[in-house]
Amino acid sequence: MGSGKMRHALLALVLVSAPVLADSELPAARWANEQLPDPRQEAEAKALMEELRCLVCQGQSIADSDAELAGDMRALVRQRIAAGEKPEQVRAWLVERYGNWVSYRPPVEPATWPLWAAPILLLLVGAWLLRKRLVRRHG
Amino acid sequence: MIAEAGLAALWLAAALSALQLALSFGLGGEQGREMRAVRAVALAQGLLTLFAFGALIAVFLNSDMSVLLVAENSHSQKPWIYKFAGAWGNHEGSMLLWVAVLALAGAVVALFERRLDERTLGATLGAQAALALGFFAFLLFASNPFERLNPAPLDGRGLNPLLQDPGLAFHPPTLYLGYVGLSVAFSLAVGGLIQGNVGPALARAMRPWVLAAWILLTLGITAGSYWAYYELGWGGWWFWDPVENASLMPWLAATALLHSVNVLAARGGLRAWTMMLALVAFSMSMAGTFLVRSGILTSVHAFAVDPTRGTFILALLALYIGGALTLFAFRIADVKEGAPFELVSREGGLVANNLLLSVILGIVFLGTLYPLIAEALSGEKLSVGPPYFDSVAGPMALVLASLMMIAPQLRWRRDAAPILPRLAPGVLVALAVLVGTFILTPGIGLLPRLGLAIGGGLLPASLQPLIGRSLRRTPLATWGMAIAHFGVATAILGMASDSAFTREQLAAARPGETVEVGPWLVEFRSVSPVAGPNWTALEGELRASKGSGVTVLKPQSRFFPSPPTTTNEAAIDTSWNGQLYAVLGEQDGQGRWQLRLWWKPFVTLIWLGGILIGLGGALALVGRMARERRQRIRGEEAFA
Amino acid sequence: MSPWLRFLPLLVLVAFVGAVAWRLGKPAEEQIPSQLVGRQVPAFTLAPALPGRPGLASTWLAGGKPRMINVFASWCVPCIAEAPLLMELKRRGVVIDAVAVRDRPEDVAEFLANHGDPFERIGSDPESRVQLALGSSGVPESFIVDGQGVIRYQHMGPIEPNDLPRILREWEAAR
Repeated sequence: MGSGKMRHALLALVLVSAPVLADSELPAARWANEQLPDPRQEAEAKALMEELRCLVCQGQSIADSDAELAGDMRALVRQRIAAGEKPEQVRAWLVERYGNWVSYRPPVEPATWPLWAAPILLLLVGAWLLRKRLVRRHG
Repeated sequence: MIAEAGLAALWLAAALSALQLALSFGLGGEQGREMRAVRAVALAQGLLTLFAFGALIAVFLNSDMSVLLVAENSHSQKPWIYKFAGAWGNHEGSMLLWVAVLALAGAVVALFERRLDERTLGATLGAQAALALGFFAFLLFASNPFERLNPAPLDGRGLNPLLQDPGLAFHPPTLYLGYVGLSVAFSLAVGGLIQGNVGPALARAMRPWVLAAWILLTLGITAGSYWAYYELGWGGWWFWDPVENASLMPWLAATALLHSVNVLAARGGLRAWTMMLALVAFSMSMAGTFLVRSGILTSVHAFAVDPTRGTFILALLALYIGGALTLFAFRIADVKEGAPFELVSREGGLVANNLLLSVILGIVFLGTLYPLIAEALSGEKLSVGPPYFDSVAGPMALVLASLMMIAPQLRWRRDAAPILPRLAPGVLVALAVLVGTFILTPGIGLLPRLGLAIGGGLLPASLQPLIGRSLRRTPLATWGMAIAHFGVATAILGMASDSAFTREQLAAARPGETVEVGPWLVEFRSVSPVAGPNWTALEGELRASKGSGVTVLKPQSRFFPSPPTTTNEAAIDTSWNGQLYAVLGEQDGQGRWQLRLWWKPFVTLIWLGGILIGLGGALALVGRMARERRQRIRGEEAFA
Repeated sequence: MSPWLRFLPLLVLVAFVGAVAWRLGKPAEEQIPSQLVGRQVPAFTLAPALPGRPGLASTWLAGGKPRMINVFASWCVPCIAEAPLLMELKRRGVVIDAVAVRDRPEDVAEFLANHGDPFERIGSDPESRVQLALGSSGVPESFIVDGQGVIRYQHMGPIEPNDLPRILREWEAAR
């Protein structure tokens, strides 16, 4: 009764006094925060969202960000995957517009061969350099 | 007044570090007297820096707004613990903490190190003084924590709400003690290389410092991971963020160093590797400190600093690391290595361990800096994030874990006995788990599947060294190794489980509706306004049950007025087999609230594993120090 | 220990210091430019943002004459500072269409009434879809599209007085 009204008033007060941090008045896009009904598609979408970089954040994926634009990007990913696109196509579409920067998974191209080759290369080089430390028992 | 006293103490300590450096050159003549002088100077330096740090804490606790740092980072209405911890929640304060630990470590070495000959000890203290001098200069000339603000504002800007958490009281000091503890290993290596005295004695002097620093780094990183997990509200526990990588790299080097220094202390082998790792470990600490404060990395963790300070630290870095590595390159040829050993032996296993850890270190280093290098060379911006690190470091870590199953079962120098029977327990359990996952959980990814199998196999394999021995007479160090490796297995199982079995549910719900996630039924009851000491919030009430009993979860969307920020306070329920993680989001236009729910089976094993690793290290440290005390007492009695 | 291995850490240090010193001298640009500059504007159709005002479609942008697209929003504070400069550009012959991002008709109307209306067509982009399609990463941004529908120039952030000469030059070049 009385306490219910108090709570509503307090609620309204808190909502009003929260600052508008350069955000729009519109709510989040539908598919920003709703999971796709098909679990396999949702898993694909989720995996891709974790690899796409938020354009307006300091180093977060769009899966991990509260920013509005990140939400709209999540909505874009989910809608396209629901429509039948492969995750790689959606990623390519975004890379076409923002460059490789927007993908946390670096591409496999000549510019990034050192990155992808490093593990095996370092292992082999290290093992070769260490060969003198080891003695092979014969017989 | 307090601030000026603190500043004066810093200047005095800096002058003393210069004196210590000068004195350490002169050592070798009248050894007894000069060593006493160096000890006194080192002690005074440590105490003065500690006093300066205390002064900083005091001005924060007093909310002295005439000190610029307090005005920019604190607020009189904050709870006292955040005034206290806020002293190091910023660049200048954390730099003062860094320097304080450096000076204190130097003092402890000066006062208590008795194993080394005086010339090597002198060179070590000189190196430590040189390090301190540079960082004192940086602090006093470019990052004065005691700078005044005139006129003083009525109140401060407040502490970033994300930092207003008990984690701030624990995570940074622990990490800094770890980073800077490695400085002693660095200085010992420099001292040993200068004097040409690299051997088991140096390793025994180095070992407790490496162990202690490594334990603290392990606990600090574990704490940081858990803090990010519950604070940031998206259920992740590691992001391969550049600042996180900056803390991981010293740890990787320190882990390799830890294993290496044991071989040098006990067997006289791996001299060059140990020295290199000792230099690399603290170099990684310094590089990490630089990266976080220079402004060149984008990260939620980074301090907001300007490039001028970055240039200063870069110069220090280039000077210290360049100097030490040049010394290494020229002097290491004179160091006599021990006899070579077989591939199949404990030493062989340790060398493989060092190699793998160094490769992982190299990968993390390369991945973190690659965007920078690529842009410098080609102008193109690219990002290197979790997909890269997970797919590359993950398998490498599993190879290392497999090695961990094998190497401790091998004998030193040469192992001719049949190995397979000794490996049986670990391998059999691993295979059993692997087959089990194919039958019970066919849909999980390859990496988590392997993680479960290898983690499972490592559990018995890590305890094997304890089997068949008289447990009471087994050295504590062996207990430590077993528990630490067991902790690694636990952590791997947690990581694999989180990766394979987490269930996520996003829902827009009205009060009264029920949401399902994993085995849980979660009833969304209400949202009400609440208030805390310096915040207001909207708190949701959720009632969750999975069978019997009801758990109440109260996630909050919290608003801080100064500085104005909104944070998500997740509500977490921990049971024996996992965590239920709930976050309250925003309202949509139709009276529905955004709820994010995760069921994370066995995720707590990750941090439990980290604690076990630290515990294992602590046991080893205590065991070795107790043993050395006993040996010293017995030695003294023999002469009595 | 082989000479390679002895000097390797030093080499790594030199590379590290070099890369980092470069970055200190040339700080990173925080903005993400669109990669579509020099390429065809992507196909899109937007409903009108204001009743009685035509919406915006990509076909309209390849009509033989250059047009400028201004990506803006009523809730975007720097857009207020930019408004007079857009009016100035319009006065000098630049034809401007708008994409209103995440906006409601009443808010757009209020914004234009308060700060001036330099736009011909205004499309409504409630889920930032066209903003993303253009490779824009924030508001406000402006794109100059030539008569064949090729994006010739992107300006990120609000247009300021000393940006005018450059924009007018690009506008002339697009003709």
